[in-house]
Amino acid sequence: MSKSKQEPVVLSEYEARKTAVVLARNWAALFLLFLIVVFSFSGGAGFFSATNLQNVLHLSTTFLILAAAQTFVIISGGIDLSIGFVMGLSSVSAAKIMQILHAGDNPVGMTILIGMFVGLVVAVPPGLVSGILIAKYKVPPFIATLGMWGITNGITLHICEGFPVGFLPQLVTKIGNGFLFFILPGKESWMLIRPDGLSGEEIRSLTRIIPSSTIFVVVLLLILWHILHNTKFGQHNYAIGGNEDAALRSGIHVRRHLIIVYTLSSFLAGIAGVFNVFQTGIGNFTPFTAMYELYAVAAVVIGGASLSGGSGRIFGSVIGVMLIATLENGLSISGVAPFYRFIAVGLILILAVTIDQLFPKLISRRAAA
Amino acid sequence: MGFLLEARNVTKTFGGLTAVDNVSIGVKSGEVLAIVGDNGAGKSTLIKMISGVYSPDAGSFYFDDKQVKIEHPRDSLGLGIETIYQDLALAENLNVYSNIFLGREQTKRLLGLIEVLDHSYMYSESRKILERLDIKIPALKSKISTLSGGQRQAVAISRSIYWNARVLIMDEPTAALGIAEQRKVLDLVRSLKQHGIGVIIISHQMHDVFSVADRIVVMRRGQKVADTKRDETNTDEIVKYIVGAETVVT
Repeated sequence: MSKSKQEPVVLSEYEARKTAVVLARNWAALFLLFLIVVFSFSGGAGFFSATNLQNVLHLSTTFLILAAAQTFVIISGGIDLSIGFVMGLSSVSAAKIMQILHAGDNPVGMTILIGMFVGLVVAVPPGLVSGILIAKYKVPPFIATLGMWGITNGITLHICEGFPVGFLPQLVTKIGNGFLFFILPGKESWMLIRPDGLSGEEIRSLTRIIPSSTIFVVVLLLILWHILHNTKFGQHNYAIGGNEDAALRSGIHVRRHLIIVYTLSSFLAGIAGVFNVFQTGIGNFTPFTAMYELYAVAAVVIGGASLSGGSGRIFGSVIGVMLIATLENGLSISGVAPFYRFIAVGLILILAVTIDQLFPKLISRRAAA
Repeated sequence: MGFLLEARNVTKTFGGLTAVDNVSIGVKSGEVLAIVGDNGAGKSTLIKMISGVYSPDAGSFYFDDKQVKIEHPRDSLGLGIETIYQDLALAENLNVYSNIFLGREQTKRLLGLIEVLDHSYMYSESRKILERLDIKIPALKSKISTLSGGQRQAVAISRSIYWNARVLIMDEPTAALGIAEQRKVLDLVRSLKQHGIGVIIISHQMHDVFSVADRIVVMRRGQKVADTKRDETNTDEIVKYIVGAETVVT
């Protein structure tokens, strides 16, 4: 009955609880590490090589941007279903302008810049309209952005007539598929853009280090992280998602904030779309089967955000994206049939939400014991 | 006349329901005004118009005898009108000091360039205000969702006190509190009064009302049915006004 006997028990109980909470909170990151280890065995060098891992990063660029956009919206207590098709709209618009200017023999630099600019500008109205509908006319975010989902897709298909938009300046893909360093071992090295005139063998032996796309997306994510975690805007985003009424009564301009959030989300989708043009060299419309917006939601939720708003982290969403990307890449390299990937993503999503639901109970149950 | 804050002939309807019907109230500086009335009498609607949550369909507001516009909570906060709401209006997913500074976050510049939230300033200021009010909350970095009802109320009160309000509106401030804490809140109201702050307090507790109020306004079915000095009335009379046994407007 003496106190000294009880104390160690209480302490270990506390420690156990703490460990459980830390595990529950970071399970996605741990699971990602686990996947990397598993695929390194099952896929061998095909998976665990600098080339493939950089490839996973490179191919995740647009997905990372979309997930970051969705993170802002979900934290504010909403959802943005339009980002996938806004991405397609921007991609096709940017490419169409570049195609037209390029066909007219305009200077390449100007062609690319104007194309980029147009691609980014067309991404603003969908978000602005959704934002106004949601903030001012109290249309549920699901409906407002679902409306934009259809509208932007229709406009996109009208612009591109159902085909990818090609015949762009070659410089576009050179920039988009650039690496920080290209090294021809023992001979020469270049930065950012792969030089012309290399023989096929030289291209094969070319070592590429750090995709430019990764550098760009890391900088973009850092800026977004800064906005979300260090600024009033970010703080208000969490507050609105947590308790919109409280935010309003504290003097926060809730309407204005929500309009900005949806516009930002849409604009980021535009960046992803323009980025896609640089990576592929064509303007891609978003096919119905892509479901980018839902993958973004999945990544954000896997990253620890709650769909009811008020919680989530940019870093968490990044982990969510990398988890899905690694899973898809690893499974395909290990020779698993494609439909298993959908099953895997579905299972992980459900696992994420289940852990999220279990997580508060994990604390209270232990505390009650 | 001589009111610090005055609402003149304000009316608010929700659809076919007139929640507040042509009501005028005012509070002087250093005065405690109690608003009492049954559920649905329009008390909360009335103070939500003063705090900018609802905009009135008719009527006007005066602050320091000058007409002012209150269309958004920001307007009323800007005038120095702080409100403690019945539901406390805290963001439960944020921590204690973030709630105290919600909507008025302190920032600093990193390297003279990038503006960032000044967490350490907000933390230490929050600690100071909680100490001043003799409120014990173990961790200012813990989320509101982990606090008890009384602690949450304490946070809501500190938030309003911190900003040096000129008018403080309290909607059922003692509802969630234990006996000792209730006494503390009433002591706080008295000390605010001594500092020249105008306090509007909504309460169901007749005992509270009579122990702190200077003047009592009774609302019934959206209308003001009595406006009397505390010393010139008694509990029985007020209760009669509340239930509608007598209707006298002074």
